[in-house]
Formats: sequence, C-alpha cells, structure tokens
Amino acid sequence: MSVRHALLVLLSERPMHGYQLRQEFERRTGGTWPLNIGQAYSTLSRLERDGLVAPVGSDDPDAPETYRLTDDGTEQARSWWDTPVDRGTPARDELAIKLALAVTVRVDGKPVDVPAIVQRQRTATMTVLRDLTRLKREAGDDLAWSLVLDSLVFAAEAEIRWLDHVEASVVRAARQHPERAEQGAPAPSSATARKTADRKGATR
Amino acid sequence: MSAVALKLTGVTRVHGKGAGEVHALRGVDLEVRRGEMVAVMGPSGSGKSTLLHLAGGLDTATSGRVEVAGRDVGSAGARERAALRRKHIGYVFQDFNLVPALTARENVMVPLELDGMPARRAREHARVALAEVGMEDMGARFPDDMSGGQAQRVAIARALVGTRGLLLADEPTGALDSVTGEAVLRVLRARVEAGAAGVLVTHDARHAAWADRTVFLRDGLLVDGTTAAPSAESLLAGAAATGGHAADDPDDGVAGAGR
Ligand SMILES: Nc1ncnc2c1ncn2[C@@H]1O[C@H](COP(=O)(O)OP(=O)(O)O)[C@@H](O)[C@H]1O
Ligand SMILES: [Mg+2]
Repeated sequence: MSVRHALLVLLSERPMHGYQLRQEFERRTGGTWPLNIGQAYSTLSRLERDGLVAPVGSDDPDAPETYRLTDDGTEQARSWWDTPVDRGTPARDELAIKLALAVTVRVDGKPVDVPAIVQRQRTATMTVLRDLTRLKREAGDDLAWSLVLDSLVFAAEAEIRWLDHVEASVVRAARQHPERAEQGAPAPSSATARKTADRKGATR
Repeated sequence: MSAVALKLTGVTRVHGKGAGEVHALRGVDLEVRRGEMVAVMGPSGSGKSTLLHLAGGLDTATSGRVEVAGRDVGSAGARERAALRRKHIGYVFQDFNLVPALTARENVMVPLELDGMPARRAREHARVALAEVGMEDMGARFPDDMSGGQAQRVAIARALVGTRGLLLADEPTGALDSVTGEAVLRVLRARVEAGAAGVLVTHDARHAAWADRTVFLRDGLLVDGTTAAPSAESLLAGAAATGGHAADDPDDGVAGAGR
C-alpha cells in the first residue's frame, strides 16, 4: 500500500488540491493513519513527475494547485482495485523479531525471560484492543470507519492468540528438551507445563 | 457506600489435603471499584471460577481476605453472607444454574422476592431485565424448553435484575452467538457505567476488551503485566532496537502500512 494509490483513487472522484486530499483520506479512514500535509504535497509532486496527475490550472494565482488524473493515472487507479494487495513480503514486525531473538539470545550466559515479555505484551495489546472496542461502540453507522476499526480489532486479537501460542510453544520446548530447559522459560513445574500447553484448546 | 466494591488481599484457596492438594489460588490481590469492569483471562484450570466463587461468597478462602462493599465475607455468618449475595451480588454461573421448576420470569424474580419485594414489583423488574437481554417473549418458558443460549440469557437477566453493586459473570457469553454475546456485554457495560462493579471471566479477548482492564491468571497466580519482573525487557532493549517499522519509503509514511 502506499499513499500514492490512495491519492489516485481519491482523485478519480474529482480534482482536488493537497489539503483536500489529506482531509478526504483522513475522513474516510477515520484518521487512523494520519497523513501530514507535507507528505500529501510531496506525493502529489512525484505523481505529477510520473505523469499520473496534472495541475488543472486556475485564474487565481493565490489558489492552491488543484490536480486531476491523467489517462495513465486513471489506468493506475483502476489497476489498484483490480490487483490484490501484496502480502508476500511482510513488513518487518518488531514483535516477531523481538520474540525470535528472545528465544535464542543469551545475555551474560542467561536466557531471556520470554514469558515475562509475552505477558507484558499481552497486557499492552489488550489495552489497545480495549480502546478499539470502545471506539467501535461509539462508531455508530459510519461504515468506512467501522471497517477500519474491525481490521485493527482482528489484528490485535490475532496478536493475542499468537502470544498465547508463543508461550505454550516455549513451555513445551522446555519440557521436551530439559537439558536446554533454561531456553527462555523458567523451568516450569510439570503441572504448569501441562496446563499452559493445553490452553490453546481451551481458549478457542 | 465504599468506592471499592470488591477487594481480595493475599487470597489463597487450597482444595484437598496432602498429596492431592490443589492450589487453585495463590496469594491473589485484586481490587475492583464501582464503575469499573475487570476481565479475568486464563487457561482452563487456572483458578478463574474459584476466584469468582470467593468473590461471590460461595466459597471460603484458605487464607487471605475477601471484602465485598467493605465487609469481610470470610468472617460473616451464613445468614449475613446470604443477605450480601442477595442484595449486593449478581452472579452469572458458568452452567446457568436456573431452577428447572420455575419459568424464565420466576427465575429472574427469585432474588428480588427473597429480598422481600412484593410480587407485582418483582414481576415488573423481571420483565425489564428479560427485555434487556432480548428475552421479553420468553417469560413463561421453562428452562427445559430453552436453548443453551436462551437459558444463559435468562441467567444473565437474573444476575442483572434490581440494583446490585457487584456483578460477577463466569463466561457469560460461552453459549451465545457473537451478536447476542455482544448484546449481553452491552447490558453489563451499561450497568457498570451506571455505577456497578463488574468482573467478567472469559476466554475471548474480544469480550475481555469490553472491560476497563484485564488481569490474567496462571496456575492460581494473578499477573497483570505490570507485576512481571522488568529485567528481561531491559536486557532485550538493545536487540529490540534493531527491529523497526517499515515506514521508510517516502510515499509510505502511513504508519504500519504494508507495501
Ligand atoms: N472443589 C474442588 N475440589 C478439588 N479441586 C478443585 C475444586 N474446584 C476447583 N478445583 C481445582 O482448582 C483448580 C482451579 O479450578 P477453577 O477455578 O475451576 O479453574 P478455571 O475456572 O480457571 O477453569 C483446578 O485445578 C481445579 O481442578
Ligand atoms: Mg471455570
């Protein structure tokens, strides 16, 4: 995704200037991804350079420049709708990287306390999910905004499920390889290990 | 009335004796204020129901202190406890616990009548409570003629009826489809906004998200994310700093967007 495509499809409705584009983008996505005005204008000038938009021109020299789509721009906007979003190369995810490192890195010869990291993250993500749920309750029938919120709710929920999975996997690994038991998990009692490993079935 | 509706201090509950001893709760501290809803999450067997039973005066702690509306539940006599449950506590059980010989409406009326409310007024309260959970037309049905979801909604109406200050719900959305589950959470939330305190046990993060905060039980220990030792994170801070967000494309400053 890029701001480029968002601006192109907004311009396919009607010609607009940078400030209007920014407003429309934020209004339709509920202000979830703020777009600063400098970014709107710099994207517009790159689109103009690439021949996808052109200034409409105005008699008033003080009026902000209004842009319209060129034929190439119209074609690009259409092809964005027609092409699935590329999920093949995931964005770098700090949390996945952090936990991947946490299960392998040793600091001063000691393993990292993975369950503690997982728990702190779980609490933080629950707080995000709570705030989204609150916003959703207040969203009323604004469909665009409500769908953006749903997307964020699903993502937060998936992250919590993944954290449960990480914790269960770490405990299971510690149980199966007691010689490496210190790997990320404080040696659990067998009861702890069994219950935590069983949790996935129980939570769904 | 005290702003703290429920307070657990160092609460431990041990079931059984000797080798078969089970530590269902181990030194749990928890405070829930009026106007606050707290979600409790945790794996099966982690002590969630035990915690709720103790909070509801249905079980006695092995050690530690449980206070409801400022009163020590542990030292209260059976009669005082029963009065506390009737007047202050609304309880949704994991398995509904409806009285099979009573209709939906009568089930909802029970706690009010036990409390001496005249039948006519109790019936009116019951009608309102059933309507809140979408069961207004089911008042004359018996539990055996209801689906699991309907029975659960009646159980919720019974817990919510009247003006009780502490609402305890053990997986109340378990047998409900997602739309009905949400409707029930909405009712619970409204009671909390009106000044009740709520404790919601759930497996579902999306339902826990209706609460003001979530605490987690692990093997009888309560963790809230702030109690975990901070050492690991500070050790990791260096490593984490090397991972960043993919917001470096000039056109891609939209935080968190993929490409
Ligand atoms: N009456 C009882 N006698 C013996 N053990 C019990 C009793 N009630 C609960 N337990 C045990 O205490 C632990 C916590 O149970 P419970 O509070 O029901 O957990 P949860 O609701 O989180 O699934 C479990 O190991 C359970 O087997
Ligand atoms: Mg339970």
